[in-house]
Amino acid sequence: MTVSIIGARLIDPVSGLDQLTDLHLENGKVLAIGAAPVGFTAAQHIDAQGLIAAPGLVDLNVSLREPGYSRKGTIATETRAAAAGGVTSLCCPPLTRPILDTSAVAELILDRAREAGHCKVFPVGALSKGLEGEQLAELVALRDVGCVAFGNGLNSFNNTRTLCRALEYAATFDLTVVFNSQDRDLAAGGLAHEGPIASFLGLAGVPETAETVALARDLLLVEQSGVRAHFSQLTTARGAEMIAQAQARGLPVTADVALYQLILTDEALTGFSSLYHVLPPLRTAKDRDGLRAAVKAGVIQAISSHHQPHERDAKQAPFGATEPGISSVELLLPLALTLVEEGVVDLPTLLARLTTGPAQALRLPAGELKVGGPADVVLFDLNATTLAGEHWHSRGQNSPFMSHCLPGAVRYTLVDGKVSHRA
Amino acid sequence: MSLPNPADLIAQMATALTARLQARGIDTPRFIGIRTGGVWVAQALLEQLGQATELGTLDVSFYRDDFSQNGLHPQVRPSSLPFEIEGQHLVLIDDVLMSGRTVRAALNELFDYGRPASVTLVSLLDLDAAELPIRPDVVGATLSLAPDERVKLLGPTPLTLERQAIGAAASLQESTR
Amino acid sequence: MTPTDPKRPLQLNDQGQLRHFLSLDGLPRELLTEILDTADSFLEVGARAVKKVPLLRGKTVCNVFFENSTRTRTTFELAAQRLSADVITLNVSTSSTSKGETLFDTLRNLEAMAADMFVVRHADSGAAHYIAEHVSPEVAVINGGDGRHAHPTQGMLDMLTIRRHKGGFENLSVAIVGDILHSRVARSNMIALKTLGCRDIRVIGPKTLLPVGVEQYGVTVYTDLAKGLKDVDVVIMLRLQRERMQGGLLPSEGEFYRLFGLTTQRLALAKPDAIVMHPGPINRGVEIESAVADGAQSVILNQVTYGIAVRMAVLSMAMSGQAAQRQIEQESFQ
Repeated sequence: MTVSIIGARLIDPVSGLDQLTDLHLENGKVLAIGAAPVGFTAAQHIDAQGLIAAPGLVDLNVSLREPGYSRKGTIATETRAAAAGGVTSLCCPPLTRPILDTSAVAELILDRAREAGHCKVFPVGALSKGLEGEQLAELVALRDVGCVAFGNGLNSFNNTRTLCRALEYAATFDLTVVFNSQDRDLAAGGLAHEGPIASFLGLAGVPETAETVALARDLLLVEQSGVRAHFSQLTTARGAEMIAQAQARGLPVTADVALYQLILTDEALTGFSSLYHVLPPLRTAKDRDGLRAAVKAGVIQAISSHHQPHERDAKQAPFGATEPGISSVELLLPLALTLVEEGVVDLPTLLARLTTGPAQALRLPAGELKVGGPADVVLFDLNATTLAGEHWHSRGQNSPFMSHCLPGAVRYTLVDGKVSHRA
Repeated sequence: MSLPNPADLIAQMATALTARLQARGIDTPRFIGIRTGGVWVAQALLEQLGQATELGTLDVSFYRDDFSQNGLHPQVRPSSLPFEIEGQHLVLIDDVLMSGRTVRAALNELFDYGRPASVTLVSLLDLDAAELPIRPDVVGATLSLAPDERVKLLGPTPLTLERQAIGAAASLQESTR
Repeated sequence: MTPTDPKRPLQLNDQGQLRHFLSLDGLPRELLTEILDTADSFLEVGARAVKKVPLLRGKTVCNVFFENSTRTRTTFELAAQRLSADVITLNVSTSSTSKGETLFDTLRNLEAMAADMFVVRHADSGAAHYIAEHVSPEVAVINGGDGRHAHPTQGMLDMLTIRRHKGGFENLSVAIVGDILHSRVARSNMIALKTLGCRDIRVIGPKTLLPVGVEQYGVTVYTDLAKGLKDVDVVIMLRLQRERMQGGLLPSEGEFYRLFGLTTQRLALAKPDAIVMHPGPINRGVEIESAVADGAQSVILNQVTYGIAVRMAVLSMAMSGQAAQRQIEQESFQ
């Protein structure tokens, strides 16, 4: 399969390239950047004048809901939605049913993903069996089948020593552990950030310390065990500070933040709309600003969607009775471009946080456009707009951004040189 | 056509009322004014009669028949009837009698307090526009108005009558009198 | 002060009249005063032989209680009956798995019965808003208490109590004592007092029972009952639930009573003519001494009477606002 993409403004954060040029793809790899090799004629030509070409986006947290939650989504529908959002590589968390703690489940996911062909899927396996925090899962077996990292979701380890052992084991084999640091007891029953707004609305709160207390513990255990660590879904400015301090101390930890945490705050909760019910919760404007600064500085090197699609019933109830989560992958690029529009980051930095940043954090073969590398490309029009919801592929309609007019529009997404999305 | 002077009307009404009550052998009538204009008329009437008796005041807001169309009147005040209704002879006083619906509401409300022996209706003006079979027993003056005209009583002192023109739209919403 | 909410007009029709009654937040002072004035009129009705007025005759009021409550339910029933409305009461049990479905389906079924008004009580904060947003716009929704968020009719009846016994709000000192954190009554009271112009609102309790950011209501926080009660005109005691002993909020009822219970001695620190209020049901010997609850300064039983009048006022005003809105819409249609 041969493709030539003509006349795009190519931005590659790794090499620093930013120029109008052509891109030639063959057999799923980048053949050439610039002039076509002698004798090469592509079967498919894409006129990319006026478009930006970047490495396909890498999203570290996309719940595909399969196996086990078919009302909420399937691998086919959610990877298709991801392609529409400009994503070519994604990681799915172990929160499936059954839990992703056996190679059988991992293989099922990878098979289905390959069948659907919309997006490359790199599963994150369970760190403990059943995510119960008691017994170690078979990490090496899972790695051999294709899991790129291991995590326990928001579930705590009851016993700190067990957690420490799990980290040491992972460190033995140079496996990356993904932390969603949250103290189970401080967070228990919480629906919203513990602050004046939650108090006013009468919603049980999740204090800032639910994240920072767990982060403090986890960072020290990371230091002790020497495990490669990625801290996912940060929500507090204080948490971002703690990551920065750890990095300054020489600890090679990486971090990501959900895109919506860079945009929304707990003020969105007035009116009790369940579309803003997420866990960990939306926090204050001060937290959002702190997270934005950390993203800009590179302390947080990855922005993910934290995609959690839900069936309608899951959100059709008073706030406390609804399930948390936003269906967000489908709007990843346009929504992220609002950050550029608002001057939070410039375009090359944003693209880095969406491509090479996440790829490097979990050592994925993605996030870069270079000769010989995978032909995963996103082409988008910075001057067009996306009407959220106009075309929708995810099974989950639970997005507070529906009907919003967002900057930019994804025109083509290519995975291994094949078009996975076109608009 | 000029409007009569309420003070003159009150004097006539006092005479007529006294005669009527005497003819029926009513010695201790209970006076009740319908808020707000009826209360002013009642006070003036009682002064004219030289009676220092207690005056009951009735707010008919909860008994009106137009709740579904117009909702609750914003100026609801409690009714105040400082005497028994049961078995008593009542003198019910209003300022302007038009459709008769206010009096209908007042009667309904009074009967929720008890069963009066009789009710004598007194009105300063009768506009001869009754939509219900309600007629005053004692009236100051009968007037005929044009369809787009209304009369309003201003008070409490001095009591004056004022003619008002209303638009077609307003007539849909105006209070039933 | 409050998180401004573009949806707050959900409660008001185009003329600023009440069409739902969901929370006191965002309602102007004039409107709250109108509720109190209207309630005064209904108190007079309650003093007559025939305690009914025909105002809501032919209207159907549905009490939909997802949370059990005999007291609130009966006063709402009584209020609706005294307005001559037809009353249906549904006690819907909530199982944790089907909470959301039950509510949604229940609403659909009730709408089919052509009710004019729902009075709703639910364990989830925001439930009344949710219901108001999901029923036909012509149905008035009255919040009988939603989670920890609001209990607006209780707030108003507490205000009526204060107005009737103290005259006004501006020069008063009011203390609210106890479990503010879990109390929707406290939240509604703080908002109402602030809106009606009270300048000295005090909340008294241990830190574990005070919500984060409670200052946003414009109140002063006290953790010492003696200091907090000094020279106050009104003491509102809140109910302490047994469950609060778990989870480390309080060591025991005994310690709470020693530190925050309203005894005769403590009450003496307030003004000599201070009134004692409680939303009920009272826990004797936990938050309040029997002698105080039954004493001369207690207006707790009056609150119940005022509660019926306030609910009659709210029901009729909301029904009235709905009628007015239909009128407005019909006219704009012409």
